[in-house]
Amino acid sequence: MSDHEYTPKSNFGKWFNDRLPLLTLANHLTDYPTPKNLNYWWTFGGILTFCLVTQIVTGLVLAMHYIAHADMAFDSVEHIMRDVNYGWLIRYIHANGASMFFLAVYIHIFRSLFYGSYKAPREIIWIIGIIIYLLMMAAAFMGYVLPWGQMSFWGATVITNLFSAIPLVGEGIVTWLWGGYSVDNPTLTRFFTLHYLIPFLILGLVVLHIWALHVPGNNNPVGIDVKKPSKDTVPFHPYIVIKDAFALLMFMIVFAFFVFYTPNILGHADNYIEANPLVTPAHIVPEWYLLPFYAILRSVPDKLMGVIAMLSAIFILAALPWLDTSKIRSAVFRPLYRQFYWILVADVLILGYVGAMPAEGLYLLIARVATAYYFLHFLVILPILGFKERTLPVPLSITEPVLGGSSNLAAARNDSRLEKLK
Amino acid sequence: MSKKKTERRDFLFTATAAVGAVGVGATIWPMIDQMNPDASVKALASTEVDVSSINPGKTITVLWRGKPVFIRRRTLAEIDEAKAVKLGDLKHPEKDEDRAKNPEWLVMLGVCTHLGCVPLDQKGDYNGWFCPCHGSHYDISGRIRKGPAPTNMEIPKYEFVNANTIKIG
Repeated sequence: MSDHEYTPKSNFGKWFNDRLPLLTLANHLTDYPTPKNLNYWWTFGGILTFCLVTQIVTGLVLAMHYIAHADMAFDSVEHIMRDVNYGWLIRYIHANGASMFFLAVYIHIFRSLFYGSYKAPREIIWIIGIIIYLLMMAAAFMGYVLPWGQMSFWGATVITNLFSAIPLVGEGIVTWLWGGYSVDNPTLTRFFTLHYLIPFLILGLVVLHIWALHVPGNNNPVGIDVKKPSKDTVPFHPYIVIKDAFALLMFMIVFAFFVFYTPNILGHADNYIEANPLVTPAHIVPEWYLLPFYAILRSVPDKLMGVIAMLSAIFILAALPWLDTSKIRSAVFRPLYRQFYWILVADVLILGYVGAMPAEGLYLLIARVATAYYFLHFLVILPILGFKERTLPVPLSITEPVLGGSSNLAAARNDSRLEKLK
Repeated sequence: MSKKKTERRDFLFTATAAVGAVGVGATIWPMIDQMNPDASVKALASTEVDVSSINPGKTITVLWRGKPVFIRRRTLAEIDEAKAVKLGDLKHPEKDEDRAKNPEWLVMLGVCTHLGCVPLDQKGDYNGWFCPCHGSHYDISGRIRKGPAPTNMEIPKYEFVNANTIKIG
């Protein structure tokens, strides 16, 4: 909370704030001291909030017209597309909104990876973020099942069958998840319920995510602690609000491009065929945002181990604050980590690519190498790098590189200052 | 403080906690069990299929409990091929005799044991079934030969009601 006491100006404000300090909260949020060197990679938190609200609003509207029944779901989605006023627009915003949400969240996560935002004292923010990411994947998967097309049905079959890999109780769990002996109407109705519930759980976790953020304050591109409030910080409003708003507008242009010009490019044509339990589509692929994990699943020839590898690939992120042993947060001052960071980015993109390709021949080989490297990065390279790497000198304050040109220049001056001390 | 003696109050705490735990469990269980297959789903547990029109070398697919069941009338060559396989070559060793009691008829769940896709008929490296999802190859007895699937395709409970009718389930 704010470092200074806040008193509302009006008498009514005082009266209300004494009973429920909402105005104190509003004041904290506007005055919140923010590092002044935040770049545009820091605008994705606001963009993600926008995505969540968009999904909730369009989702509520779609739920007014959608029918969660195996015999009617497919037709009701076509009814939304053809008959409901602006139904096509609302559904395309919702469907592409999911992709935009993941695009933004991946940028947000990789921003944290580059600038070390997951390190002390921000581990809890990071772990809440990983839980939000897991819930997003669950919501996206269940949402994709609702139109009850071929990809919906077979995607649901494949993903729920992952649980059958659990020894002894696996089959029982799968039957319990399905509410029958295959994906069918009971599965659809419960997925609809959970798809409706999860965004509100995410909303609650977002509040905790921001609360946890406001305790230590934002990390920044230089990655050093900031005294707040000081000449290193600016108030959230209007400085960050305006910057976030501008970035959001740019993001909305990309969003609108997909919605209005290529609304189906991120989906699969097979999902415009109604679900048929007797025919599996020739090539099952999940949505693009799940492809890297799908590639990891398929790269392991054993069923149980494949599932374990896929889940580990996600859960390993939660342990990241302790796997990365380096005391320096920002990759700007970690010349070796910076290179490994970009290799990891390439590795995840490669996994995503081979996840979309058939699991055979060269693709399978590439997927196996990329999977091995993914785990190598987190389990071997990061822990060792913290001890071995010669990091560059870190500036004393974030004002120094801002006023003195590039951070490297500042680092160089730091060096010469140390020389003089000798 | 000296070591506390067991008192009447300790008994009351323990008893209250125990009854409370049972109560919570008894309340939660219906919430969990409601997701299991309901009475109407269980009622559809068996299907009768007329197989008189299937020619040798053909497979039909019927729906049983929402899942496809393959019924294949195998040719003599296919039966010989299935029986000739050495058990040592199999990932999940099962004799063909145990899978097809009447060797002419192979009745099995058309569900890949990897992640539940429906394998394609007469495809793959072993002249049997091939799952397009993650590349599992099955032989003419429905046994896994290559790929990520851990076990052979499952044989459901079935019986010949008469010469032309199979009852599955």
